[in-house]
Amino acid sequence: MKDKINSSIPDDKEILLGIRNGTKQSLELIYQAHFPMILQMVISNNGDEEEAKDIFQESIIVLYNKVKAGNFELNSKLKTYIYAICRRLWLKRLNQQSKFTHQLSVAEEVEESTTDLEEYEHQNRQFQLMQTALSQLGEPCKTIIEEFYLHNKSMQDICEQFGYTNADNAKTQKYKCLQRLKKLFFKA
Amino acid sequence: MKNLNLINQIEAYLRGEMSPEERKAFEQLLMEDPTVDQQFKEHQQLMAFMQAYGERQRLQHAMNLIHEQIDVNALKNELMPFSTKVVRLWRSYRNYAAIAAVAAIVTVFSTLIFSGHLFENNASYSALRREINKIKRSQNDLVKDIKGKAKGPLNPGEFGGTGFALSSNGYIATNYHVVKGADSLYIQNAAGATYKVKTVYLDPAYDIAVLQIVDPEFESLGKLPYTFKKSNADLGEDVFTIGFPREEPVYGKGYLSSNTGFDGDTVAYQVSIPVNPGNSGGPLLDNRGNVIGIISGKQDRTDGAAFAIKSTYLLQSINEIPEKDLDRNLILNKKNSLSNLARKEQIKRIQDYIFMIRVY
Repeated sequence: MKDKINSSIPDDKEILLGIRNGTKQSLELIYQAHFPMILQMVISNNGDEEEAKDIFQESIIVLYNKVKAGNFELNSKLKTYIYAICRRLWLKRLNQQSKFTHQLSVAEEVEESTTDLEEYEHQNRQFQLMQTALSQLGEPCKTIIEEFYLHNKSMQDICEQFGYTNADNAKTQKYKCLQRLKKLFFKA
Repeated sequence: MKNLNLINQIEAYLRGEMSPEERKAFEQLLMEDPTVDQQFKEHQQLMAFMQAYGERQRLQHAMNLIHEQIDVNALKNELMPFSTKVVRLWRSYRNYAAIAAVAAIVTVFSTLIFSGHLFENNASYSALRREINKIKRSQNDLVKDIKGKAKGPLNPGEFGGTGFALSSNGYIATNYHVVKGADSLYIQNAAGATYKVKTVYLDPAYDIAVLQIVDPEFESLGKLPYTFKKSNADLGEDVFTIGFPREEPVYGKGYLSSNTGFDGDTVAYQVSIPVNPGNSGGPLLDNRGNVIGIISGKQDRTDGAAFAIKSTYLLQSINEIPEKDLDRNLILNKKNSLSNLARKEQIKRIQDYIFMIRVY
């Protein structure tokens, strides 16, 4: 299985291009190619497979943000980049759990990853706020907002989904929901 | 309601749902009214944020789908050949383990040094009684073969040693440790003659035992060729012995190397002679065919240090045998017929008077 993974490691540039264009396949490739490495790192440093999954997915999100922002220049192998980010994330988590290990030294770090991570963490906090605000909103507001703003559905589709007789009613409902959401979100 | 309309307009504008005319009019409005422009920017930001959030959710959803297809456990086993639990335990306890190990080593060595065990010469004495079962196991077939032909008892016995005749009417000398704890005793000489014997006298202090042949078939051993030395032998005396470390008589030659035995024991000589378990109770003879001792043991892990009970103590023991225990007179031979013979001839003559002792 290991050999299969190694032999199917895709070209870094292709992957980055795939991410930029939003191809599903590139995500799959990157996941299968690099997850085992992170699993090994986390497990051999006091972690379990669930933590490995979290850490790896976070690093992919960071990569995606960076690539989508359009200013990403890869000056090492993608594998190295992912490893560096994961190591940083994992060290941070170990520090929080105060079970630091000596084996993952903080020295020799890919420097650029630091600002990436700060951005990512800021964004993460905002998303978490939004998530709690949305869950406090209740139905049907939550679904309407999610469908319209998060998933870019048209008002027409939402009308059909919720059985509104005309689009204006739906729009009024959506507007009221949005006002409440804003209150919940900005209050926090 | 004005607000609702504005939001709808902003969204229509941002999503590109407006006609070119409407767009122009809306852009015009933004330029003219700073409050509207402000609201537009705020809502634009919010929408971008919400979209990013949606995108994140989709990405995470997609990754979870991929993750579900991976057999994490199989992957883990492949990447981690060792049980991670063990490794984790080792990591967290290795410091304690090291301290414990050091403490253990220090304790062991300090105990050894202070008790003096480390430097003491740990010599030990081993009696040369033979455990026959051991040999029986290694030479199983051979022993069975011999047993088939022997006219004596079929069982080769649990222990074996050597003994030699004291007189022609059937008194035999051997070591106490050979016959210790015996149920019944048989003797057998090199020619194969087997007799039942009983113990007449035991002297644990000198490690001497006197046996008597009680077999009804027994008549006489004939005239003994050797005599018994009444004084101490001299250092450097050439000596020899015949014993039964095997089922056959074995000849051994050496010299008397010290006037005391193990740990300064004055009852015994130290003899430099090859002896093995089974030699116990054998006679130690000098060049002229005088019995000067009884082979009794040797020092472990030391070369050429066998021990033999001095003949003077044998004679002393014989004198102490109570009269009532002797149903025949025990008269020691006084005439030596070996003194001028070559060793080969000496051996031929004394062979019939040396017996393998089987202890049951």
